[in-house]
Amino acid sequence: MGKTFAIGIGGAAGQGVATPGDIFAKIFSRRGLHLNAYNAYQSIIRGGHTFLTIRTGPDRVTNMGDRVDLLIPLNQDAMDRHLGLLTEGAACLYNSETIKPGIAAQGMQLCPLPVSKLADVTRNKVAQNTLAVGAGLSMMGIGFQALEQVLTEQFKKKGDAVVSENIGIARAGYDYAGANFQPFAWPLPMTANRYAVLSGNIAMAMGGAAAGVKFYCAYPMSPSTGVLHWMAAHARKAGIMVRQVEDEIGVVNMAIGAAHAGVRSMCATSGGGFALMTEGLGLSAMMETPVVVIDCQRAGPSTGVPTKTEQGDLWQMLGAGFGDYPRAIAAPLDIGDCFKLIPEIFNIADRFQCPGIVLCDLLLSEGRLSVDPKDLDFAAPIDRGELIMDAPETSASNGDGVYKRYRITDSGISPRAVPGVPGHTHTAASDEHDEDGVLISDEFTNPTKRRAMMEKRMRKVVGIEAAVPPPVLWGPRDADVTLIGWGSTKGVIEEACEILAGQGISANQLQIRWLVPLHGDAILDILKQARHTIIVENNFSGQFARYLRSETSFVPDGHIRKYDGEPFMPHHIVEAVKEQLGGKCKLSVPAHEILV
Amino acid sequence: MATALAATNHVAMSDLKGKVDPDWCPGCGDFGVLAAVQKALVDLQIPNHNVVTISGIGCSSNFPGFINTYGMHTLHGRALAVATGVKLANHELTVLVTGGDGDGFGIGGNHFVHSMRRNVDLLYIVMDNQIYGLTTGQTSPTSRLGMKTKSMPFGSVEAPVNPISLALAAGATFVARGFSAEQKHLTELIKQGIQHKGFSFLDVFSPCVTYNHDNTYQWFRPRVKKLEDEKGYDATDWMAAMGKSLLWDEEIPIGKFFERTDVPTLHGAEPVLDDGPLVHADNRIPKDMTRTFIEELM
Repeated sequence: MGKTFAIGIGGAAGQGVATPGDIFAKIFSRRGLHLNAYNAYQSIIRGGHTFLTIRTGPDRVTNMGDRVDLLIPLNQDAMDRHLGLLTEGAACLYNSETIKPGIAAQGMQLCPLPVSKLADVTRNKVAQNTLAVGAGLSMMGIGFQALEQVLTEQFKKKGDAVVSENIGIARAGYDYAGANFQPFAWPLPMTANRYAVLSGNIAMAMGGAAAGVKFYCAYPMSPSTGVLHWMAAHARKAGIMVRQVEDEIGVVNMAIGAAHAGVRSMCATSGGGFALMTEGLGLSAMMETPVVVIDCQRAGPSTGVPTKTEQGDLWQMLGAGFGDYPRAIAAPLDIGDCFKLIPEIFNIADRFQCPGIVLCDLLLSEGRLSVDPKDLDFAAPIDRGELIMDAPETSASNGDGVYKRYRITDSGISPRAVPGVPGHTHTAASDEHDEDGVLISDEFTNPTKRRAMMEKRMRKVVGIEAAVPPPVLWGPRDADVTLIGWGSTKGVIEEACEILAGQGISANQLQIRWLVPLHGDAILDILKQARHTIIVENNFSGQFARYLRSETSFVPDGHIRKYDGEPFMPHHIVEAVKEQLGGKCKLSVPAHEILV
Repeated sequence: MATALAATNHVAMSDLKGKVDPDWCPGCGDFGVLAAVQKALVDLQIPNHNVVTISGIGCSSNFPGFINTYGMHTLHGRALAVATGVKLANHELTVLVTGGDGDGFGIGGNHFVHSMRRNVDLLYIVMDNQIYGLTTGQTSPTSRLGMKTKSMPFGSVEAPVNPISLALAAGATFVARGFSAEQKHLTELIKQGIQHKGFSFLDVFSPCVTYNHDNTYQWFRPRVKKLEDEKGYDATDWMAAMGKSLLWDEEIPIGKFFERTDVPTLHGAEPVLDDGPLVHADNRIPKDMTRTFIEELM
C-alpha cells in the first residue's frame, strides 16, 4: 500500500459527524482515490461519542491504519479524547470559540477556526462542520470546485438558497485555511479511476440482487439493518419482495416458505437474531429447501455491545440447528467480497438444497470501502440446481408416487419440484421421511430408511467440498511468519505483512473464507511448510483456532486476539508478531489506544 | 387455463387421497375436517397441484401428509410465517394452513396476530381440541379455567384465550367457527374461507377423544348454535360479531361470525407483484437499472 492520508472526525451523535465524512468520501473517490472508512459509535441516537476515520490514498486501502493526519473534533469531548493521537505532520481543525485544545505534540499543527467570524452560526447550526471541511480540503491541496459540486448535490433538494449558503460557508473555511494554516506536506494526488463507495451491508444487498434474490425479509438489528434499508429502498426497481416482519423466527420461516415456492430468499441479522433462526436452519436442511442467512457479527454474548465488532459467532454457526446436515458457511474477506460471495453461496445452496450462511461482521457491514464498479458484477452466474419449475398440465396427480421428492441418488441431490407444478405433489416435512416424503417418525419408523435418508443428505457434503475451492497462501512462499485469519481481518493482516517486511521480517497470510467446507487437508499442507504460525482473530477464546484444531489437530505457535469491540490496527499485529517471534509469549491481546 | 383443466382433469375425491391414511385415534375430530377440506376442493374444482397445505407440529399438523396436494409439515407454531412466504412467492397458489390450538395460539400466537393484520390471502383452519394431544395431554391456550391435565393436575389457574375475539381484534377479514361433527356446515365454511380474498380464520371444534374428557362431542352438541340459523344476524357487523364471540358454556355460536371484503390482500397491496407471481419473474435486473444502483454510490 502506498502513502495514505487519514481524517478523524469526532463528536456527539446528532452533531453531524456523518455528513462531512460523506463529503470527503465522495470527493476522494471522484478524485480516483481509494478509501476505507470506519465509524466508532454507540447504541444511542443523540449524544455519546462518535469517531469516524476515513483513510484515503491512490492504492487500495485495506483498513483504518495506524495514524490520524487530520483531526476534526466537533465538541470538547472529541478534542480531549483524540488530540493525543496526533503526531508529527498531523493537524487539528477546530472551532476555537467553543473548544479548547490540549497539549499539541511536537510538529503537530493546531488550526483554530473563529467560526462566528466566518459564518452566521445562529442561522446554521452545523456551520463549524462545513467550515472545517472547506479548510481541510484546502490544506490537502484539493481544488474548491470538487467541494462545490458535492455540496450542490448534497443540498439540491433544499433549494438554491441553501446550496449557496453552504458553498459560501465552505468557501470561507477554504480561504481562511489558505491564508492562515500550513498545507499538509503530501498534497492528495489524483488518478483517472472512478470508484463506487459502499458499506458491506449495501454490498451484500446488491450481491443478493445480482444473485436473483426475489424475497428479502428482516427484523431490524444492528449492524445488519443496512441490508434491509437498501433492499427496501430498491425493492420496486429491482423487483424484490421486501418485508419487515414480527421477529427473526418469522423472518427465517418466511424466507424458507418463499424459497420452497421457488424463489431465491435471503435474510440478514446479528448474533442474537441468528440464535432465534437456528430451528429454521434445521427446517431448511431437513426439507432440503435452500435459504441464505447472513450473520453480521457484533460483540457478544447476549445484547453485548451492539455497535462494536467481533468474530464471536463461529461456534454458534457450527452448532446451529442440532443434528447433522449439509450446509455451507463462508466469511467474506472484504467489502468487495461481500458482494461477490452472495451469488456464489446461493449457487451452492440451490445446487445442494441446503442452508448457506454468510458470516460477516460489523467492521465490514458498516465500514465503507471503495470498489471498482467492474467488480460489482450483476451478470454473475446463477445456477438453480435441479429445480423443476414446470411440467405438462395433464400430468398425473402423483397420488401413486411416481415423482419422489427425496429420491435416493448417488449425489444425494433429489430433483426439487415447486408447488404449482402438475404431477409432482408431495409433502416436505421437518420430520424424517422416506423418498415419497411420507413420515417415518410417527406411525412407522424404520431404521433402514432413516439411515438411508441421513446418508443421502450427507452425501451432498462431498459435492459441496468439490464445489468450493481451498484457501490459498498470499505473500512469499517462504516466510518467517505465517499469519492465519478469517473473514474481515484480511485487510489489516495484509498491511501488517507489508510493514513487517519493511522491518526485515518476511510474512505471508492464509486467509480463510470458507469455514464449511474447511478443506482441512489443504490447510495442513500449507501450514506444514510454515516456519512460525500465528492465528489472528477478533474474539476471546480463539474460536477459529479451536475449530481448526478440532478438524485437523493443528496447533499454531501463537495467537493474537482482540475482543475490545474495536478492529485491529496494523501496528497491533506487527508488535504482537515481534513479541512472539522474540519468544516473549504465545498469546497477545493488543490494547486499543483510541478511546471510543 | 382453468377451463382446459376442468374439461380434461376433473378433480375427484380420489385425487385428493393422501399417500398414507391418517394415523389419528379412531373418533378424532380431525377426520371430519380432512373430509370437509377434500370435499370443498372438489366442489370448487381447484387442481390439487395448485394447493399448498402447510402445518406446524401436532396431531392435526400431520394433516398435509393425508391429502394429495403440495404440503409442508414445518415447525411448531411457524406455519403461518412459512405460508406467508409461500403466498408472496406465488400468489396464484391456494394456501391452506392447518394446525391445532397449541401450535396456533401458544407458540404460534405472535405469527397469528401479525398474519391477520397483514390480511395474507390464505385459509387458516385450527383444529381446536383444547388440549395438547400429541405430547399426551397437557393444558392448551384454549383449555378452560380449572381443567385438569397432566401438566396442571390441580386444575388450570389461567383463563383461556378467545380465538374468535382475538381474530376479530387483530383485523382478520373472515372469521368463522365450525364443528367437525357438522360436516356439511363445515364444508360450506371452508369453501367460503378459500374463496374469501384475504385472511380467513376458521376455528373448528375437533374433539380429542383420548385426552380431553371435558369438551367432548356430547358436550358440544347441545351447545353449538349456527349463526346462519339466526334471523337478522349480520356478518358484516363487527361489533355484533365481537358480542357473539364472547358467548360460551350455555350457547356456543358456530358459523360465519364476520366477513369484510374491502381490505386489500397483502399480495394485492404490493406493487412488486403487479406483473404476476414472483416465482415467474426474471432473475436478472435490466442493465440500465443496475447501472443506476452503482452510480448512486459514486
